[in-house]
Amino acid sequence: MTNQASQESYDTLLEVKNLQTYFKTDAGIVKAVDGISFNLKKGETLGIVGESGSGKSVTNLSIMRLIPSPPGKIVGGEVLFEGKDILKLSESALRHIRGNEISMIFQDPMTSLNPFLKISTQMIETIRLHQDISKKEALQKSIDMLKLVGIPAAEERIHNYPHQFSGGMRQRVMIAMALSCEAKILIADEPTTALDVTIQAQILELIQELAKKLETAVILITHDLGVVAGMCDTVCVMYAGKIVEKAKTNDLYKRPSHPYTFGLIQSVPRLDKAHNGKLYSIEGQPPNVIDLPPCCPFHPRCNKVMDICRTQYPPTTDLGDGHEVACWLFNDQKEQSHE
Amino acid sequence: MSNTPQKKPLLEVVDLKQHFPIESGFIIKRKIGAVRAVDGISFTVNEGETLGIVGESGCGKSTTVRSISQLYKPTSGSVIFDGVDLVNAPREQMLDARKNIQMIFQDPYASLDPRMTVRTIIAEPLDIYRKRGMLDASVTPASIEKRVEELMERVGLNKAFKNRYPHEFSGGQRQRIGIARALALNPKIILADEPVSALDVSIQSQILNLLHDLQKELGLTYLFIAHDLAVIEYISTRVAVMYLGKIMELSRSGDLYKNPLHPYTKALLSAAPIPDPEIERKRQRIILTGDVPSPNKERVGCYFYDRCPSRMEKCKVTIPPMKRIDENHEVACWLYE
Repeated sequence: MTNQASQESYDTLLEVKNLQTYFKTDAGIVKAVDGISFNLKKGETLGIVGESGSGKSVTNLSIMRLIPSPPGKIVGGEVLFEGKDILKLSESALRHIRGNEISMIFQDPMTSLNPFLKISTQMIETIRLHQDISKKEALQKSIDMLKLVGIPAAEERIHNYPHQFSGGMRQRVMIAMALSCEAKILIADEPTTALDVTIQAQILELIQELAKKLETAVILITHDLGVVAGMCDTVCVMYAGKIVEKAKTNDLYKRPSHPYTFGLIQSVPRLDKAHNGKLYSIEGQPPNVIDLPPCCPFHPRCNKVMDICRTQYPPTTDLGDGHEVACWLFNDQKEQSHE
Repeated sequence: MSNTPQKKPLLEVVDLKQHFPIESGFIIKRKIGAVRAVDGISFTVNEGETLGIVGESGCGKSTTVRSISQLYKPTSGSVIFDGVDLVNAPREQMLDARKNIQMIFQDPYASLDPRMTVRTIIAEPLDIYRKRGMLDASVTPASIEKRVEELMERVGLNKAFKNRYPHEFSGGQRQRIGIARALALNPKIILADEPVSALDVSIQSQILNLLHDLQKELGLTYLFIAHDLAVIEYISTRVAVMYLGKIMELSRSGDLYKNPLHPYTKALLSAAPIPDPEIERKRQRIILTGDVPSPNKERVGCYFYDRCPSRMEKCKVTIPPMKRIDENHEVACWLYE
């Protein structure tokens, strides 16, 4: 057993097992992330897709143990990074992992840099927190990183303040900071949502290129199915705190199995297809995640709803080749054969 | 292509400019420059069609619709709606014409007053125009009440919720409230400023379908702004591509995707991701270098010159005029001279 585990750790960088993060609010308990599991291999790019409130960001904040507590609390599960459970580490050991081993890019490049400090100050601080080098060396390293992410005249630009950079440039600075410690895992939380399409294409290309060069594994959180299609090897689709479908990217788009995934892919207008009449649309509103009953949270909006969906949450069914889906549609056959 | 019936233009924008002064000095203000948000654009919107305006942030899309609805006083140019020049008409006449121009805004959280009930929000345009005495005498508080209920049902809201406040609704429902408010005065044209970009994917398609249905039923004309090309292509009859306050290309929406002419349109289209991994990975991307330049300085050459992959000497010194390539396709680029 231990042998197997250590062998696996060469390949699997991060293993999330049955992670549960709850928030206590006056209105009731919000199960923001409710028992999700996935693996991340070396050099892999994993996409997490979902709508607002589905728990994508909370998942990643939980991995870094950045959940504000109270009101939030990781109530169960394991996050194994190279075999060590991050959730059980001491604060100092954790600080070694954050930034050094796992680093993050946030959604909004306008608010994640300190407007009062020069880029150089912020980058040197980050690097020296994690590595034992002199200020001069750290500055040189920062300049190299800025060059790597394609900021022109990096030697001069590094002494500028954040407001002197455009949105796209600021996001590049964030990426440079995130990569400056050669982390093994890069978590990018909607890295391009605040940017324009032409800048988005530049940034995504950059992340992809750097991930290949530095062999970084990437977790990409997004709501944009187009971005996922171009970037990711594997995709998890989240709905109301649970992973409802997980598959290789090609497989997911070819065979979307969960009614939610199917609806999501169908409801996006596509540039390359002629449009006649109406778009496919998922009826109803996103679920209220406070005190969810133990049924399938998608059932009020599902067009294939059955009686069992209203009372029990479906178990995960393996459709082969790593394609997993949590829906009763794929489970009844098995159950009947068991009986 | 030629079988489209010739419709008369409902809205005509002629050489519209909207500059915002940059001032310096504390007490005695001096004008030291101008942000050229919209820098001389012309287009027409025909009755019953949807004209989409697409472009990146800062290209002047939102300013264009705000200038059209006279929320800003345009620097120069004219906006002719139904025969009335809104820019130069007397205020009374402008207000009367503007009854037929309504807006839907981007952010459904910021565009509804949190202290007003849904009923008051939807009835507000009616109340205002009734006070101005510009509505039919048949419009009474009782008939407004009925109209509010009717509108709520039309946009898919339960009329029992009319005494609730905006915070009690989700993003998609709030956008429906915004749409009901825009419909209250029975306008001819709706200026929709990024109405779906703040919404989740599944809600976005609901709202697009609603707008589509309303157009069919009520014979509405839309001026629709978005930065998402797929959304624009889906909803629009014709599309205008804007960059730095200028229109670069104007075409029928299907043609724009099949046959983009302007280098900027090509780059924009190739940068927009397509949700299909097989197609997406094989695509050739045109990655533009650099960022959008500052709109503050006056330009002598093509506005896209700094980032254009196929720029020429001529582009640096002369602004390309809008050139008609065929019946439904215009482009402002020296490549097509």
